[in-house]
Amino acid sequence: MRKYLFQTAALVLAISLVTPLIANSQESILDKVKERGRLVCGVNKELPGFGFLNQDGQWQGFDVDYGRAIAAAVLGDPNKVEFRPLKAPDRFPALQTGEIDVLIRNTTWTLTRDTDLGADFAPPTFYDGQGFMLRKDLGITSLKELAGATVGVTAGSTTELNLADTTRALGIEVESIVFEETETLYQSYDQGRCDVVTSDKSQLVSRRQSLKNPDDHIILDITISKEPLGPVTVHGDNKWNDVVSWVVYATFFAEEHGITQANVNTFETENPEIKRFLGESGDIGAKLGLSKDWARQAIAAVGNYGEIFERNLTPLGLPRGVNKPWTQGGLLYAIPFR
Amino acid sequence: MKAPEAIQEIQPPDNTKGPRAWVKDNLFNTWYNALLTCVAFVFLFFVLKGFLTWTFTEAEWKVIPANLQLFAIGSYTRDQVWRIWTVLYILGVLIGLSAGLWGGLVYRFALALSGIWLIFALLPFELATRGWFLGAIATIALPFFIGRGRTGLRRWILAGWLLSFPVIMVVLRGFGENGVLTSNWGGLLLTLILAVVGIVVSFPLGVFLALCRQSDLPAIRWVSTTYIETVRGVPLITILFMGNVLIPIFMPGLDINQVLRMMFAITFFSGAYMAENVRGGLQAIPRGQIEAAQAVGLNYVKTTRFIVLPQALRSVIPTIVGQFIALFKDTSLVSIIGLIDLLGVAKSVIANPDWLGLQAEVYLFAAVIYFVFCYSMSYGSQEIEANLGVGLHQNL
Repeated sequence: MRKYLFQTAALVLAISLVTPLIANSQESILDKVKERGRLVCGVNKELPGFGFLNQDGQWQGFDVDYGRAIAAAVLGDPNKVEFRPLKAPDRFPALQTGEIDVLIRNTTWTLTRDTDLGADFAPPTFYDGQGFMLRKDLGITSLKELAGATVGVTAGSTTELNLADTTRALGIEVESIVFEETETLYQSYDQGRCDVVTSDKSQLVSRRQSLKNPDDHIILDITISKEPLGPVTVHGDNKWNDVVSWVVYATFFAEEHGITQANVNTFETENPEIKRFLGESGDIGAKLGLSKDWARQAIAAVGNYGEIFERNLTPLGLPRGVNKPWTQGGLLYAIPFR
Repeated sequence: MKAPEAIQEIQPPDNTKGPRAWVKDNLFNTWYNALLTCVAFVFLFFVLKGFLTWTFTEAEWKVIPANLQLFAIGSYTRDQVWRIWTVLYILGVLIGLSAGLWGGLVYRFALALSGIWLIFALLPFELATRGWFLGAIATIALPFFIGRGRTGLRRWILAGWLLSFPVIMVVLRGFGENGVLTSNWGGLLLTLILAVVGIVVSFPLGVFLALCRQSDLPAIRWVSTTYIETVRGVPLITILFMGNVLIPIFMPGLDINQVLRMMFAITFFSGAYMAENVRGGLQAIPRGQIEAAQAVGLNYVKTTRFIVLPQALRSVIPTIVGQFIALFKDTSLVSIIGLIDLLGVAKSVIANPDWLGLQAEVYLFAAVIYFVFCYSMSYGSQEIEANLGVGLHQNL
């Protein structure tokens, strides 16, 4: 989801003129978080599976769990985190002004954001991509057949641009109908006001379930863009970015080695790398500026990657896809804990 | 001189009274009105049919009771809910005492509130919650009987209302990490806090600005006019964005609470409009009133306090309440900048995988709540107007 890219870019351009004037304190956010005793994490408050408030007023979701994992690794308590719901246009300003310590809000990693927007990205936690959903009875299986179709898309997002790029490359013409709100897009599609709807596949899958007859719709097995989503920290704070990155790697590593929320505290092993990971030997925690058992804390709080995925995204009907460990042919690859 | 003949009372013919005559007079008096009536009825029939079928057969209303607490208080820490009850009890005592002392509209308000609590207490909530609601009725009823007729207490109660404001804020927030962070304030609670703060603070601010704009001193008049016109020239959402994004940029390191920033933004915005409403009232006061006040030796403060403002405010009650209602609804804009007010909760609920696709039910529920509050304000203002006789006797 790269909605509001241009508004954000304009806003950030304005800010970057001011930012140099602000005395950049040398203190790492890591120290600030420890001092405050609380992590402030920017999230999405209305994205199914990734971030929302549940019935008990608790934050829940895939991105939310990563916030908890970081809080557990740094402060030893997954509840010492304050979630700040953010809209797409003000997520980067909130990061730059230090209002939030880390942004985990289905944010796509792109070159511009990495450079101009003053953001540093941690490894992607979810590989998404733009796809197409349409009615089964149309009998369409390839993009070329879309010629002449009406395609629903949300306004101001790169989804719209990707669609234009793709159709131009294929030399076909489609009529795109632009919607301001995600909700209206899917409602209109359900009522038959457009033949096809295009968006990130994760969204298509979750929204298909809320259509009247989910089985009447298929998602084409075609992906026209890469959307690696991951946590973001402010540019230049390497120490803090290291911590966030290695918490992400820790969840990958734990899945690779079968370490789960249930067995992390009783895990018996002779594998030296796992021993280092669990803090039983070595001092990798100290190198990150964290306690010895940081990874153990993170896994005990939210579980390994597979568990986080199953808890939040599997109920939506999302398949693991490429979001599997590299050992199973996926893209999740933990850097050695050495 | 001939005596006047006794006038015989003749009943109007039967075809000019009763429901049939009414229908004929009002709906079918000409052929085009008859046509319009038919078209309107057909239209109404289809709209109502669609709406009622949806409401009673298709809509999945279980999303509402399941999330009722979320709608009410958002992510407010659940084991700290006693803070909210404390606030309700403080307010209950004040309302009860005021109802006893002043009667009239306050009394009816207290009665209505007790009725609402009673309904809630009868609903199938947890036993503890129902107990709290019953307690809330008691905190209104007991002070009512205590306060009844003791007019000497009035100034103390006014002071109590004034003092209750900071006390309530402190109770809701608590201290440090053990309290409830304002980022956890949400739902209807947050909507009401923002609206009440906005209304209570923007009203005096508006009166002050209006008086400044009428001032004889150019500097004061100029500053006030600039402020009012600048704020009125900018949409509220822009001011909220500025408060949310620009203040942290311009004042780095100074961590001003987000909810507080929104309170300021809403208050400043509403204050400018309030000022213009009040100025309308001020200008309606004939010059003679002020001259007469000066002639009997009242100074500026006394003239304003006893002659100008009472008349000016009375004549603009409808517009002021209109502004309050607009402000109440405008608080929903904070959901756009990320706070989880009533509308924010609605958006979050429909993102819950359990309730995906139920936006119509959820938004309709939110709309009903907004309507209840706005209509109550509107009703209250009509009552006040009736009590003050606004629009009845033109004595100005």
